[in-house]
Amino acid sequence: MKLGILINEGPYQHQASDTALQYVKAAIKKGHEIYRVFFYNDGVNNATKLSSPPQDDRNITKEWSMLAKDHGIDLVVCVAAAQRRGILDKDEAKRNGKDADNLEEGFRISGLGQLVEAGIQSDRLITFGD
Amino acid sequence: MSEQAIIKKFMYVNRKSPYGTIYALESLEVVLITAAFDQDVSLVFTDDGVYQLMKNQNTEGIGMKNFSATYSALGDYEVKKVYIDKESLEERGLSLSDLQELVWEDEDEDYAEKSLINLVSRSELSEIMNNQDVVLSF
Repeated sequence: MKLGILINEGPYQHQASDTALQYVKAAIKKGHEIYRVFFYNDGVNNATKLSSPPQDDRNITKEWSMLAKDHGIDLVVCVAAAQRRGILDKDEAKRNGKDADNLEEGFRISGLGQLVEAGIQSDRLITFGD
Repeated sequence: MSEQAIIKKFMYVNRKSPYGTIYALESLEVVLITAAFDQDVSLVFTDDGVYQLMKNQNTEGIGMKNFSATYSALGDYEVKKVYIDKESLEERGLSLSDLQELVWEDEDEDYAEKSLINLVSRSELSEIMNNQDVVLSF
């Protein structure tokens, strides 16, 4: 089955992203295709490479990044939600006149149309959030 | 480009009051984008979500942008189905007259203004929800 994933909550504060990670890993193992993972609302905070959790804890951002690298998963962060919350790639930082960027490798910033497209193209769109 | 022609039923379920969290505002942003993709969009207002459509909202005291006027653009985006959960309104001592009117203009009937709003019971709502392809809840 072709699956679209929507994550609406930030890491650590809420379990949504952890559960989504485990869900995506299990789905891949079962041979399903992950069409796209879309990060919206506070979910965009999953994409900051500045996240530095204690060493004995999981690093959710890195786990997503590794999953994207190992399985070629498309991780998309909503541009409008990201700008509000200070998640910027190099281009967005430049466009907004900021001297730093913080988007983790494996994520890309794009528009909400990417979420709509995931809803259209996937057999199921599954939301993780409140 | 046959894939472009796929039209799915997208339902947006709005459950939160307009200003305590950002869900209402960011839900409205996805709704308008989805409509721009020519999908079959419907909105549900349930639980505290019914407050999103209250008339005469004034956010001056909380320093936040009053975005309630944006809902009136739904009709222009060809969104024609807005479902209000009757029980949620009643539980909060509200009626349809407390909510802003939402209309679309029917080109086939000399641009007659028609209401988008449907007052439905929870059991009707669950049936409508069952018939959707994609349900997004905010």
